[in-house]
Amino acid sequence: MFQRVVRSTVIDAPIDRVWAVLRDFNSHDQWHDVVADSRIEGRDRGDQVGCVRSFTLKDGNRIREQLLTLSDSEHTSTYCIVEATVPLRRYVATLTLTPVTDGDRTFWHWESTFATPPGRERELREMVARDVYEAGFENLRRHLRDGGDRRGAAATAMPTAPALPTRRAVVHRYGGPEVLQPGDGEAPPPNAGEVRIRQRAIGVNYLDVYLRKGWIPALMPLPGVPGMEAVGTVVDVGAGVSGLLPGDRVAYLGHAPGAYCSVRTVPAECVVRLPAAIDDDLAAATFLKGITADLLLRDLGRVGSGTRLLVHAAAGGVGLLVCSWARRLGATVIGTVSSEDKARVAREYGCVHPIVTAEHRFADVVQSRFGGADVVVDGIGDGARDENFAALARRGHWISLGQASGALQPIATDQLVTKSITFSRPAVFDYVATQASLAERAGRVWDALADGTLKAPPIERHSLGAAGAAHARLESRRTIGALILLA
Amino acid sequence: MIRVYTSSVIDASADTVWSRVRDFNGMPQWNPNIADSRIENGEASDRVGCIRHFHTKDGGMIRERLLALSDYDYSCVYEILESPMGVANYVATLKLTPVTDGARCFAEWSAEFDCAEEREQELVETIGQGVFQGGFEALKRHFGRR
Repeated sequence: MFQRVVRSTVIDAPIDRVWAVLRDFNSHDQWHDVVADSRIEGRDRGDQVGCVRSFTLKDGNRIREQLLTLSDSEHTSTYCIVEATVPLRRYVATLTLTPVTDGDRTFWHWESTFATPPGRERELREMVARDVYEAGFENLRRHLRDGGDRRGAAATAMPTAPALPTRRAVVHRYGGPEVLQPGDGEAPPPNAGEVRIRQRAIGVNYLDVYLRKGWIPALMPLPGVPGMEAVGTVVDVGAGVSGLLPGDRVAYLGHAPGAYCSVRTVPAECVVRLPAAIDDDLAAATFLKGITADLLLRDLGRVGSGTRLLVHAAAGGVGLLVCSWARRLGATVIGTVSSEDKARVAREYGCVHPIVTAEHRFADVVQSRFGGADVVVDGIGDGARDENFAALARRGHWISLGQASGALQPIATDQLVTKSITFSRPAVFDYVATQASLAERAGRVWDALADGTLKAPPIERHSLGAAGAAHARLESRRTIGALILLA
Repeated sequence: MIRVYTSSVIDASADTVWSRVRDFNGMPQWNPNIADSRIENGEASDRVGCIRHFHTKDGGMIRERLLALSDYDYSCVYEILESPMGVANYVATLKLTPVTDGARCFAEWSAEFDCAEEREQELVETIGQGVFQGGFEALKRHFGRR
């Protein structure tokens, strides 16, 4: 059932003066006490039909409203709520001014229709009528009495969101960890379909090392900022973005590198909201890595009860997630690690047989103890090429995820036929091409972390300014678990 | 086409004011400028299409037809069929809107008409200030006395 609220009053000022304030869709933070902050999203002006204003109310609620009609001849403005933290649904409001020729005053009529959750009709009707409309009448009277409209604020150009300064870790030439240098830049206001995020934690992945080394120059030309994922808070959103409000905690997985920074503007389709149970650091440590584990185990490995799974770098960021999750799925998890310390941790995470090897020697053990591996998750690359092949069981599946030891040389298809081997070379981004698929996979990871199915990995933290040191640590093969940068 | 628009605020609720002005035959009860009024052919005064036939205090005879009446919108629309004013295609609207803060209502009275060009100024003045504002003053006095 639709609710309708109508409030009206007479303002002792000529209509042109009242209209000059009210026609500005972005003026409420100057005169309405309930509004703490107002901004027009993107690069629109406040008198542009279709523009979206983003309110933060003094009580902490957030509302995004879109201007549907603006008429200077009828002195009327119609707008609707696009999104809000208060449950006003299908809210459409119209504000109309009419001259009172008898005394050069203004009749102000404000009305709206909306739906509410059952049982909250009266509360929300009163909130709109009293706190928004009636308070607005009084606040505008005071604003005009105090000459607030004559101080020039409303008459100047509509304020739009400025670019925000951002700190970055920049690569000016490809090379070792030392080429990552601190730099300053700007995060532009979000265009249509974009979201600007103040970042707090950034996930470090081996892909970032490849980018820094210049192995994939097409993905990161110079000068470039590495990093595919980060976690933070939404600053503002562009036109046409739904499901996200300023202040929301989010994570994103970029279509392009650039995450090693403090503020970034990214396409909304690569952004998901964070559940309360997952803190920022854990989210940054498990977003891309958890999604990777999800597609490895669910889509590619089809890991289940009895699957013999061989995971290289089992104590790494992806490795521990794969061990932990595969164990819960009933798999027999075999891993390779480079030290006894790592073997201990991998075992804690569900790896029943960690093999300590510095030179990628593992095939004999895998064959003699387990009769071969049904699935190999390989982040080593060329250095383990022959061992992987030897370790695979008949009809085994070799998933080449990375190449930390060097680029994998071409594999002859006839070699695969000797054991009916299948070979996969997945790029995560193809598995999360839509916002819905990204949200679905991230949701599975975070649900599994929240309910204990997936054990949270150890997290090693570095500051954004020390991104080079973080890379040096990752490449040293001495880290356990996930690395993140704190912005 | 000339347009005249006059508006005011009456210190009585829209319901109260409307109960007075909706009677198309009731002007003599609240407007001292009107001498008498009757509805032609004995029709009811709230029947859309009825014609009121009245005289102003200065002796002018005017016939007006009710074109629309809305108790929902508190509005009525009428046209002049015959008058000494020298206007053609004259259609007027009287409309009330509640003012929710206080027992007041916002009253609007407007008209569109054609006339000889040299008389525009005079007629806008006569209709806007004389007829409409005069009517509002009468309503304000009428409800102020109560």
